[in-house]
Amino acid sequence: MKIKEVKEYLGAELLCGSEAELEKDVYSACGSDMMSDVLAYVKDQSVLLTGLVNPQVIRTAEMMDMICLVFVRSKKPTPEMVALAHEHGLVVLATDKRMYEACGILYSNGLTSKGVKKR
Amino acid sequence: MSEALTLHFDVNGEDFTSAGQASVRFKKNMRELGVDPEIIRRASIAMYEGEINMVIHAHGGVADVNVTEDAIEIILKDHGPGIPDIAKAMQEGYSTAPDNIRSLGFGAGMGLPNMKRYTDEMKIESTVGVGTTVTMKIKLK
Repeated sequence: MKIKEVKEYLGAELLCGSEAELEKDVYSACGSDMMSDVLAYVKDQSVLLTGLVNPQVIRTAEMMDMICLVFVRSKKPTPEMVALAHEHGLVVLATDKRMYEACGILYSNGLTSKGVKKR
Repeated sequence: MSEALTLHFDVNGEDFTSAGQASVRFKKNMRELGVDPEIIRRASIAMYEGEINMVIHAHGGVADVNVTEDAIEIILKDHGPGIPDIAKAMQEGYSTAPDNIRSLGFGAGMGLPNMKRYTDEMKIESTVGVGTTVTMKIKLK
């Protein structure tokens, strides 16, 4: 799935990211508000869906080599967080969908938690 | 790499929002060295968790990194309250972090177990009332 499709499926707003970055492929995703859990269980994931808003979300995504962040439940990152995401080359999206629904939509369209990046 | 590379970071314990900056800089340094991305990810996550721990529990501290041909060694040292029961602290899900930290996405009792999971060796030396030193090693070969 391409990031632009993630954006379309979720009816999401683009807060950070270029047209070229929207063309990038993503292979797997995870949804959590607990960053410790994200750091524990995620391997080679490329999309993080979260309802948590603080700079540690951006740093966690950066640590995990993720390339796309989706804020759910109409949560909006601060301008400082968007600047930090831009610095790390992360695409940031925001949707009004709740976590369960947003994850369900992406999962049923083929973005599971176990996709493997083709090397 | 013929000589060992050493890095030193001060971890500011006053501000949770800035926690993790040392790990971000460390990760950038490792990329510049051309270390394998999978190893960088493991080492960075371990250091990030350790850095967060120092900010939550110990008002910050210092991080020293030694990179040799064989391994990355990360030493995190703080002068916090110390860990009374290390075995208990290593249990997944056990946490003494306050509720306000949980609302920030941490304090799930996964920090130390994650650090152990992502490194090849981990040693915790702690004295109550004096502080804690965590030494982690990630093999490069």
